Amino acid sequence: MAEVLVRVRNLVKYFKTSRGVVHAVDDISFDIEEGKTIGIVGESGCGKSTTGRCLICLIEPTSGEIIYRGQDICRLKRSEMKKLRKEMQIIFQDPYASLNPRKTLLQIIAEPLLYNKIIRTKDKFAIEKRVLELMDKVGLAERLINTYPHELDGGRRQRIGIARALAMEPKFIVCDEPVSALDVSIQAQILNLLKELQRDLGLTYVFITHDLSVVNHFSDDIVVMYLGQIVEKAPADELFENPLHPYTQALLSAILIPAVGANRERIKLRGELASPIDPPPVCRFDKRCNYYCQDCDNGVPPLLEITPGHFVACHLVKPRGNATVKAS
Amino acid sequence: MLQIVNRKDRFILLKKNLASFWGIYRRNTMGIAGLVILVCFALMALIGPYFVTYTSAAEGIEKVLQPPSAEHWLGTDDLGRDVFAGVVIGSRISLVVGLAATVISMVIGAVIGIVSGYYGKTLDALLMRLTDIFLVIPWLPLMLVMAALLGPSLGNIILVIGITGWAGTARIIRSQTLSIKERPYVERARAIGSGDLHIMLHHILPNVFPLIFANTILVAAVAILSETTLSFLGMGDPTSISWGMMLHFAFEMGAVAFGAWWWLIPPGICVVLVVLGFTFIGYALDEVLNPKLRRR
Repeated sequence: MAEVLVRVRNLVKYFKTSRGVVHAVDDISFDIEEGKTIGIVGESGCGKSTTGRCLICLIEPTSGEIIYRGQDICRLKRSEMKKLRKEMQIIFQDPYASLNPRKTLLQIIAEPLLYNKIIRTKDKFAIEKRVLELMDKVGLAERLINTYPHELDGGRRQRIGIARALAMEPKFIVCDEPVSALDVSIQAQILNLLKELQRDLGLTYVFITHDLSVVNHFSDDIVVMYLGQIVEKAPADELFENPLHPYTQALLSAILIPAVGANRERIKLRGELASPIDPPPVCRFDKRCNYYCQDCDNGVPPLLEITPGHFVACHLVKPRGNATVKAS
Repeated sequence: MLQIVNRKDRFILLKKNLASFWGIYRRNTMGIAGLVILVCFALMALIGPYFVTYTSAAEGIEKVLQPPSAEHWLGTDDLGRDVFAGVVIGSRISLVVGLAATVISMVIGAVIGIVSGYYGKTLDALLMRLTDIFLVIPWLPLMLVMAALLGPSLGNIILVIGITGWAGTARIIRSQTLSIKERPYVERARAIGSGDLHIMLHHILPNVFPLIFANTILVAAVAILSETTLSFLGMGDPTSISWGMMLHFAFEMGAVAFGAWWWLIPPGICVVLVVLGFTFIGYALDEVLNPKLRRR
């Protein structure tokens, strides 16, 4: 068992709006082991990106703890946090908007190096050497060093984002939907690149996505989120072979099979995503669930370990009694 | 093998960028017209004063208030001074005051706009109310009062025009800042640990700069007009001759009553031409510097 790098305990993030309190992330806990990849999946608005931003302290959680190597990063001073920033980085979803259009590739990749005084501003030669090294690592041609982001395609832009995240030699990277804005063929390239980098540099990833087929090949553990809460958490293989939560089952049935004539039976969900504003204290999936019964309104279901390593939050799934929700 | 981009390559790149900018700009007829006007006036202000003499006629009444002639292209004024020489010398003061005042108001406007938009909340509310005050107070009386209090000197005129003209800029810059600070690259900058000052200087400023620049040109036109107005109303420095000062003296000495049109009209036309030149360039730059409108 690898060492736990990040320990998330009872993480809560509420946003106050004029219409009420949005429960973006509501009491979630999980561990991230060093050198592993943990996938967070869920539909739009389920709080997965908010979780990712809390993990590297881009937004401050309402309550809860995020313990990185034994330190609670939410309670660190500014100067201490600045040191930790070098170890934790984020790769954003939109490679078009997340690069400053007025800076060249050299300036973009060099910025973290200069800002954190890893290389002195005057040392132009060292800066260029390091930037070219990083570009080489992520597969960007040297001749692109003076180009602007808008001259490049999506895949190359995402490579810039990765190079920039790698510039400070981080240990822990939050990948916030890094491939959802890209074409399928380029998705594969970027995923392979991330995989290679993980192997070479011993990185730990949190991989946020709504695309289960991506996360399947990429993650060691998968966390499924629904409306700010974790509904199921299991090793990737286990989750795909034996999904226990009705929501996970529905999600998995929606994956397209790349074969002619393949026709998997899809589990269709009723209704729409409930509002995350002041949700009632019941199972948040209740009204959409195909197995809905009176038990479901008996409070929020706790996340229980059903089989070793496999956690589910459902009133109908009890340890060693999961026959009730097996997909028909 | 690492190939290092050296200084020479950078220079070539800069030259290429300038060339492509010029390539777009020169297709803009309005912009070229404005540029030609301003270059003429700039040359006039720079080297003109060395070629003309603007002194009172010593030898008597026959030199006074002469209509245009071969000797005095634009006639003479009540002291027998050459009006053309006055226009040439006056261009220097008019342009210097206008540009210096513009720099002051752009710096104030940009700083207040960026800080207000970036920090938001209470600071934003305070700064924007201040801006509103400057926007709604009629600027001419405000300038007159300030100029009267500070006393007539060139520095004071610059200061007065500078600190009354920034409000519109601050508003524009603030709204653009509001949009830019929400862009993902600002969040990304925060993720590498950047502080507020770094983000404002390196991410927000470069992105509002085209707006500041285009606005500068338009504010410059207003500043020159303001200088003329203040001088015309007698708030200027009587020892430094500007176009406004010439108009002031012409009006005071009764140029209209004498029918001395050559004394009133040339400085007036110069002011109008310079303002027009700045406005033309302003509109042209707005189009050229906006990357979305730029053709590649």
